[in-house]
Amino acid sequence: MSVKTLTPLTTGVDEYNVEKIRKDFPILAQTIHGKPLVYLDNAATAQKPQAVIDSIVEYYTSMNANVHRGVHHLSEVSTKAFEDARIKIKEFINAKSESEVIFTRGTTEAINLVAASYGRAFLKEGDEIILTGMEHHSNLVPWQLIAKEKQLKIKIIPVDDNGELVLDDLENFFTEKTKFAAINYVSNSLGTINDVKKIIDTSHLHSVPVLLDAAQTVNHLEIDVQKLDCDFLAFSGHKLYGPTGIGILYGKKSLLDSMPPYMGGGDMIAKVTYSESTYNELPHKFEAGTSNIADAIALGAAIDYVKQIGLEAIAHHENCLLEYATAELLNLEGLKIIGTAKNKCGVISFVFDTIHPHDVGTFLDFEGIAVRTGHHCTQPLMHRFGIPATTRASFAMYNTKNEVDILINGLKRVIKVFK
Amino acid sequence: MNEELRELYQQVILDHNKSPRNFKKLDHHNHFAEGYNPLCGDKIDVYVQIEDGIVKDISFQGTGCAISKASASLMSSLVKGKPVAEAEILFEKFHDLITGKTADENALEELGKLAVFAGVKDFPTRVKCASLAWHTMQSAIKNETSTVTIEE
Repeated sequence: MSVKTLTPLTTGVDEYNVEKIRKDFPILAQTIHGKPLVYLDNAATAQKPQAVIDSIVEYYTSMNANVHRGVHHLSEVSTKAFEDARIKIKEFINAKSESEVIFTRGTTEAINLVAASYGRAFLKEGDEIILTGMEHHSNLVPWQLIAKEKQLKIKIIPVDDNGELVLDDLENFFTEKTKFAAINYVSNSLGTINDVKKIIDTSHLHSVPVLLDAAQTVNHLEIDVQKLDCDFLAFSGHKLYGPTGIGILYGKKSLLDSMPPYMGGGDMIAKVTYSESTYNELPHKFEAGTSNIADAIALGAAIDYVKQIGLEAIAHHENCLLEYATAELLNLEGLKIIGTAKNKCGVISFVFDTIHPHDVGTFLDFEGIAVRTGHHCTQPLMHRFGIPATTRASFAMYNTKNEVDILINGLKRVIKVFK
Repeated sequence: MNEELRELYQQVILDHNKSPRNFKKLDHHNHFAEGYNPLCGDKIDVYVQIEDGIVKDISFQGTGCAISKASASLMSSLVKGKPVAEAEILFEKFHDLITGKTADENALEELGKLAVFAGVKDFPTRVKCASLAWHTMQSAIKNETSTVTIEE
């Protein structure tokens, strides 16, 4: 990756004020082992601004009631707040209609929903599914499950030494048996931003629907599902500064309408007799049972907060940190960056020639630095690079250049101990 | 270095990590097991040659952190030449040590060189690192050939 000169950060209106932003995240003020917390594990989950915390408190303090059920006041209030959150998400990803926005527990459940519902209804023995070599286990294992059930074939788009997808002969991946593609948008392990538009367009030439795993994308890049023309898109709230336990499945209405329900229960039905049922309309058809109402509303608050800072400004800030960290890390003895794609965001993974990531992680923890060490739920990708694990630093809107310096100094100490 | 950290990464551990003993494939082994820690991707192959109930020779290969590598190295040094039953008892004592169940100073003394792993008990996430080689050794001497996946 080339290292550009850092330009001043502006949001267009106000100057990007990282210290002011940090004050919105109460967790960042604490110390770990006596050192100020340096939270660089944002690709695992981002911290939550006060606005999101307040939203949850407010919901349970003054609004809690089940949605879409009662005629009483609180039920109306909570239903409105829940559906307003859906509209915020619809606008955030520019879906055509809020009926295309389904609340799930997270990215994993969203992908499982599509694999199970679409897979059982429309895929048959001998059909082929295309995935990439950098899928998170959550966009691999659900497809393996349905592949086993239906005797499907999984084809993997390979990853080159820089951590980019090899798309030169993409066309050759498609046969008349290719019936679905599920593609990682931004790699959680490498930070690579994949050329998903090319994959979507090629897939559509072959009438193959595409699901995008955008778990690692929504907090860095603006998403317009209509422009992308993806058929499904999945993401989690917790990487977007929202709560855990809430995620989104976007799907094109025509596809969602054609798919059978994933789970049965309350709220997803229209008429029920002892022998059969008819199903509710979208999006409720895929939201059986009482939803995670409080966290859906808080995800709406997270989106409001992100919009207020500006996703473009956040991305610019994170890219500056990424460039700075990349240049500084490369000065360290025996360090190799895994994932050197031209287009990257938010994530930097590295290994040392003689120091294991777990030892690095434990030492950094004592410096107050939180990084992720391990295979990042991408074991096949680690295997592809011939390594068991990496140390990964990942950036968010509230990280600073000073925190990168603390990381580098921490790593220098680790190197000294293991020399 | 922080005191707790120094306790975990004692010089003996750093030395064994840097120059692990018995780090090779044993050509004439009659027992073998593969250990795997799915949490961190650590893998270890343990080769054992058992004759008349005695661990005649033992070696290991694999990838892992300093704790797991040093543990494998010390395990192989200590188990070599011991009756199989003693090796198993040693593992029990070692396991008590790293999970904080070792009763007193006397018990610690019995562990000899293994006492350097006492610091592990303060790092619950690293207990698996320290025990992987031992679990795998135990599986090898029982002649279980399948992969050991440890769940502490």
